[in-house]
Amino acid sequence: MSGPDLSRRRLIGVGGAGLGGLLLEGCDRLSRAPTFQHVIGRTSTLTERSQRVLLGGQPLAREYHAQDLSPVFKANGTITPSTDAYRRLLDGGFADYRLVVEGLVRRPLSLSLAQLQAMPARTQITRHDCVEGWSAIGGWTGVQLGRVLALAGPLPQARAVVFRCADALGGTDDDRGLYYESIDFFDAYHPQTLLAWAMNGKPLTVPHGAPLRLRVERQLGYKQAKYVMRIQLVERLDGIAGGKGGFWEDRGYAWYAGI
Amino acid sequence: MTTETFPDTAAPAPPSKRVREVMYRHTVVVRVTHWINVVVISLLLMSGLQIFNAHPMLYWGSYGADHDPAWLETVARNGPHGLRGVLHIGGLTIPTTGVLGASPMGGRLVVRGFPAWATLPSWQDLATGRRWHFFLAWIFVANGFAYLAVGLINGHFRRDLAPRAEEMTPRRLIGSILDHLRLEHPTGEAAKRYNILQKLAYIGVVFGVLPGVVLTGLTMSPGFDAFAPWLLDLFGGRQSARSIHFICANLIVLFVIVHVVEVLLAGVVNEIGSMITGRYVVPQARRR
Repeated sequence: MSGPDLSRRRLIGVGGAGLGGLLLEGCDRLSRAPTFQHVIGRTSTLTERSQRVLLGGQPLAREYHAQDLSPVFKANGTITPSTDAYRRLLDGGFADYRLVVEGLVRRPLSLSLAQLQAMPARTQITRHDCVEGWSAIGGWTGVQLGRVLALAGPLPQARAVVFRCADALGGTDDDRGLYYESIDFFDAYHPQTLLAWAMNGKPLTVPHGAPLRLRVERQLGYKQAKYVMRIQLVERLDGIAGGKGGFWEDRGYAWYAGI
Repeated sequence: MTTETFPDTAAPAPPSKRVREVMYRHTVVVRVTHWINVVVISLLLMSGLQIFNAHPMLYWGSYGADHDPAWLETVARNGPHGLRGVLHIGGLTIPTTGVLGASPMGGRLVVRGFPAWATLPSWQDLATGRRWHFFLAWIFVANGFAYLAVGLINGHFRRDLAPRAEEMTPRRLIGSILDHLRLEHPTGEAAKRYNILQKLAYIGVVFGVLPGVVLTGLTMSPGFDAFAPWLLDLFGGRQSARSIHFICANLIVLFVIVHVVEVLLAGVVNEIGSMITGRYVVPQARRR
């Protein structure tokens, strides 16, 4: 006997549903098998391609009204980044903050918060859907990512936009531990894709990603990178951190988070 | 359905002259899609419970998270006797230690919505649960469309599932309910057709619950919502859709329980055999 888990399995077998027990055991084994992980992972490509076809006309995610706002917008993931670099920026009221735009661009940028706020802003009240299942409605104000990218001038070989963040959700202060995310140009140029600096009409708070967070409204919460420090335009994602295009993607979640 | 009647010549002549009537009851498409559903729906249910466990609370409306009122939640509390699992549903508090809220894993109680034996994978792993769920959902939808297309084209729904006007009278309905309560199963000619409650149950599942579970599933997708925002209005918001998705899953479980009990009562070998070979031995009335 090795614990109640096994005895329960045995009970199911004795109960005449041995097949069910075998199925369970088999599925657990399949879940661990890399080849099968790969096969079921392929359906995420099918889901992504199908949604890209359906979203070809670039429809907007639903926008809500002020009376629809969640009374409390749950802050998830990192609540307070603990890295020294972030601490210093926070202590200085983000006066020294610079958003760096680099990589496959004609004109690398370094933009202060004031410069970002001086750019044309968009405000949208949208629903934030966490991969866990909960939702919260919040209002976001910021500059459309497309405008910032246009300033930098992406090179033709650029395929993805990578967001490097200040929070070490993985516990270490390096590529492996720091939060990052990535999207492609299909979403990067969507009118609701923002670099948001305000939430519900007030400056972004630390739990919600101050001073700057990403909003990609047609995807799940883990895409909405907080504490964005650097934007990198790249051709491939496999050279970055775990190579899957994001902190949670490197931990098994799908890169396309439209479902 | 075609009926062929022939005397049972394989066995020595029985004392009374019995006729063994065999009918072709289930087409190959019905049989294949049925057994695919058995596997796929079981695994969808289990991977669905894995996903539920990531946030074991259900809400009504557009939004819903920790600070919002949940109409259903599983909770684990640390009490004087260790971890205790509780289900809150509506205004009720039901102790569920061992099953909901807190259940055994690796020899001790852990905080968990649904227990390890009910989830896919058995350990807590939302990413893998989601991969399984969406992989299976594609198979389920393809399988469902094949079943619906063939059923519409070959007249199966119209011929075998659509209730006839004379079946829908209160007297017939009550009669059928009483038959079910008395666990009486039709014989002879009556056994060749689905009874009215059976028809209504199948119609409800095939055209109500199963499409409902797919549509509410799609409503939870922020990408699909941008394409079809009317789904949000249809179900009353994303969190309502999530709740209805869960309720549909429970209705499927309820249907399966009744379905399996009826199969056991009606004759498990004949019933399961007919869903494998298509051939169903028509039960004859017993002489009293």
